[in-house]
Amino acid sequence: MIAQNIAIVDYGAGNLKSVKKAFDYLGAHVVVTSEPETVAAAHKIVLPGVGHFSALGALVNMGLREAVLRAARAGKPLLGICLGMQWLFEGSDEAPELAGAGIFAGRCRSFPSSVKSPHVGWNSLTLSAGSRLLHNVAPESFVYFTHSFQAPVVAATAAATEYGMPFSAVVEKDNIFGVQFHPEKSWNVGLLMLKNFCELNS
Amino acid sequence: MLTKRIIACLDMDGGRVVKGVQFVNLRDAGDPAECAAAHARDGADEIVLLDITATSDQRKTMLAVVSRTARTLFVPFTVGGGIRELSDAAEVFDAGADKIAINSAAVKNPTLIGKIAARFGSQAVVVAIDARRARNSSTKSSFEVFTAGGRTPTGRDAPQWAREAADSGAGEILLTSMDRDGTKSGFDCELTQRVADAVSIPVIASGGAGSPQHFIDVFRDGRADAALAASIFHFGLENIGQLKLQLRAANVPVRWPC
Repeated sequence: MIAQNIAIVDYGAGNLKSVKKAFDYLGAHVVVTSEPETVAAAHKIVLPGVGHFSALGALVNMGLREAVLRAARAGKPLLGICLGMQWLFEGSDEAPELAGAGIFAGRCRSFPSSVKSPHVGWNSLTLSAGSRLLHNVAPESFVYFTHSFQAPVVAATAAATEYGMPFSAVVEKDNIFGVQFHPEKSWNVGLLMLKNFCELNS
Repeated sequence: MLTKRIIACLDMDGGRVVKGVQFVNLRDAGDPAECAAAHARDGADEIVLLDITATSDQRKTMLAVVSRTARTLFVPFTVGGGIRELSDAAEVFDAGADKIAINSAAVKNPTLIGKIAARFGSQAVVVAIDARRARNSSTKSSFEVFTAGGRTPTGRDAPQWAREAADSGAGEILLTSMDRDGTKSGFDCELTQRVADAVSIPVIASGGAGSPQHFIDVFRDGRADAALAASIFHFGLENIGQLKLQLRAANVPVRWPC
């Protein structure tokens, strides 16, 4: 059993049931919360999210943006999933007026017109060495994506995926992690990453 | 490389998985939660559970089954049948579905698509379309949309309706050929290709799967993004892993090993 407390941040962007279910299955102690205080009290933070980048505006309105950033600055492990990962970058063309956290350089953009959008389905990962989140993940593992905007490949990219162009599938820098796909829907490979996150020392 | 998805479909009646031929003659094929888990272990990329005879008084049973099926299922899980309004969809998501499929209710009230998409995201909204070749003498074939489990003709053209659904906020189209359903004679590639060309969202081909070659055909000629089958998996005629190996040998990109 993992005694650490993980907060899944609920800012109203879609259904968090599947994310919670996966952590429950791994025996983690997780709580779904909209309270900045609960986020502040947690050992680790998961920022999920589906839909439009503008949905992240609710983070500011609900006082959650500051709580998440403060925890990240304090060295607590933070995992952004899908929209939550895009938020770790400077922003997105999907909602240019809304600032991301700016932890990673670059903006999220749409896919080139040579491919259908959204990008939906199982695609493979090209791994970089040394990722803690991807510990024991096999090269070219498949994970489940569903998104219309993509984050650029940067120095912190721990895994890239190709769809019309290479983009960041996993980013990792110190205590900050982001995955563009849905680990909670990516079978054993995804569960392994969530387990790795649970087992990080904060 | 983005792979072609193989989706296992569980048609449910009264809490049990059943399968019919051309929407009738139902046969019992097992417990939904057990079937879903077995398919996922076999390599199914996704599971769809359709309550094919949903009525409001069966809804509670369905939610309990959805919840039980979802608990340890870590691949995308779509649930359809009996979803008529936003609150129905919310209940199904709360029970553990990742996506909902709507059919008759979307035709009757296309704004429902956008309402569910606004709250849960387009990726969570699958519009299911049942279509049949129009039986007329014109030179070019056309495909008519049916609702109410294939019982009610709508007079609507399938590719046109698919485009409208996509414009309204649907994230995927689940396209069933009523002519091929349960026949194991192959997917309707012409229907699939017409709809795939009409929209930019993924199209899941359904109805008629009977052999690996049928999957190869619908991915190549039908331009399907995913293909769904029920009966060939249930009765042990084909294992999903074997199917994927054959697809890979034919240079169709699939998630394997998984």
